[in-house]
Amino acid sequence: MRIPRVANMSRRDVIAAATACAAMGTLPVPAAAQPGGTERPVLTTVDMTVNGERRVVELDTRTSLLDAVREHLHLTGAKKGCDHGQCGACTMIVDGRRINSCLTLAVMHRGSTVTTIEGLGQPDHLHPMQAAFIEHDGYQCGFCTPGQICSGVAVLAEIKAGIPSHVTADLNAPMEASVDEIRERMSGNLCRCGAYSNIVEAMTEIAGRPA
Amino acid sequence: MKSFTYERPDTPAAAAAAVAGTPNAKFIAGGTNLLDLMKLQIETPAHLVDVNGLGLDTVEPTGEGGLRIGALVRNTDLAAHPRVRKDYAVLSRALLAGASGQLRNKATTAGNLLQRTRCPYFYDTAQACNKRQPGSGCSALDGVSRSLAVIGSSEACIATHPGDLAVAMRVLDATVETVDGKGNERTIPMAEFHRLPGDKPNLDTTLRPGELITAVTLPKPVAGTHIYRKVRDRASYAYALVSVAAILRKDGSGHVAFGGVAPKPWRVEAAEADLQKGAKAVTDKVFSGAKPTEDNAFKLKLAERTLTAALTQARA
Repeated sequence: MRIPRVANMSRRDVIAAATACAAMGTLPVPAAAQPGGTERPVLTTVDMTVNGERRVVELDTRTSLLDAVREHLHLTGAKKGCDHGQCGACTMIVDGRRINSCLTLAVMHRGSTVTTIEGLGQPDHLHPMQAAFIEHDGYQCGFCTPGQICSGVAVLAEIKAGIPSHVTADLNAPMEASVDEIRERMSGNLCRCGAYSNIVEAMTEIAGRPA
Repeated sequence: MKSFTYERPDTPAAAAAAVAGTPNAKFIAGGTNLLDLMKLQIETPAHLVDVNGLGLDTVEPTGEGGLRIGALVRNTDLAAHPRVRKDYAVLSRALLAGASGQLRNKATTAGNLLQRTRCPYFYDTAQACNKRQPGSGCSALDGVSRSLAVIGSSEACIATHPGDLAVAMRVLDATVETVDGKGNERTIPMAEFHRLPGDKPNLDTTLRPGELITAVTLPKPVAGTHIYRKVRDRASYAYALVSVAAILRKDGSGHVAFGGVAPKPWRVEAAEADLQKGAKAVTDKVFSGAKPTEDNAFKLKLAERTLTAALTQARA
């Protein structure tokens, strides 16, 4: 396939264009098309606090929170894996909770407080969880890592807050960041390199640290 | 995704009126199922009414000793609620067995009930599906049907209700409270909330157009061991092949509903009198008239064995 030659096109733009063409090639669009939708795109303004900074963006109502952060705010740490809430690569902490940012609309998050991997830490001042992932080799290719780390930080907070999980034996007793608990709670973050056991070690180390 | 207009009203009546009064409008709460389907153009609303500004996010005791759960209470918060953990553990367990932590943080009580009853062919826009496109046929009937319904299905559709929360709500005899665009309120027992496909598999529930769920109410707690046992292909983050929601007492009596087997949570109250005779006596009645496919006939035996495991757990 020919890649369109456009000045100032970033690698991501090229990949996005190629992906769009590939999708058009495989989806039987006329057969699949359902009636509905509006005739024209609908634009709107969204303001939210991202990594401590108030940001205002104009975007299409269809824009996911993930696309708003990546394509409009150019914070490309959070990744688009499946774009359907299955892989967890897009995990962000929004209003104190980890969510799949691909499966929510930016327009539904007016006034929200969003933390991405960039807000957790930077190369010169790493979040302890980021440092532990490096220490324990909790990644290989790194694509799922920003989502894993955001999820990992939130999971330990959930355990601390007493939120039970599927493997919690007694729903009414205090819970611990055991290996079983970590593995169950991290099941929404896939890693095709298979760094799972090292991710569990990194999280276990952080869970064991005094607050 | 098709483009759409968007609004965020601040009262339930206004939200219901907005959907009732706008062509091709839909409510959106957590959005974890709707947006997934919109990206695939399986759902194509022209207008979204965001209900996240309506409140409806508290769990309150009722005068009858039960609980009234706001429609927008998130799955994580409901599962962790102290009263639910203590008195309705089957509900906590069902919620925690579903989806992933990220999804439970977004998904709501009402939205979970309203997730589409679906099957892989519903997602496959290259295949016929009466639910997606009424009258187009059902590819699942002659297709891969291992995960699909064994009972309650029709010649038009064999999709399964994939939820866990609904199965627990059914065994708990919950009722769904709604308001419509004119402000009329009504309550719907869980038994009547999801409908069987018949010749209209495009309709999953008995809600009327524009009708908004405001709460789900639980009667006072039922004594017994609360169990939700889910059998699936992975240990976490997978749909049930078979699930059992049960409240069982030491003497073997109790209540039981099944998930993963039908287009709605499957409960046959008359069979519960046989619980003391063991699992087979119950599942023989519960699944009387089942029409499994060659691929999913195993679910009948699996349901019996899962109930056996639940009965053993309750006696322990």
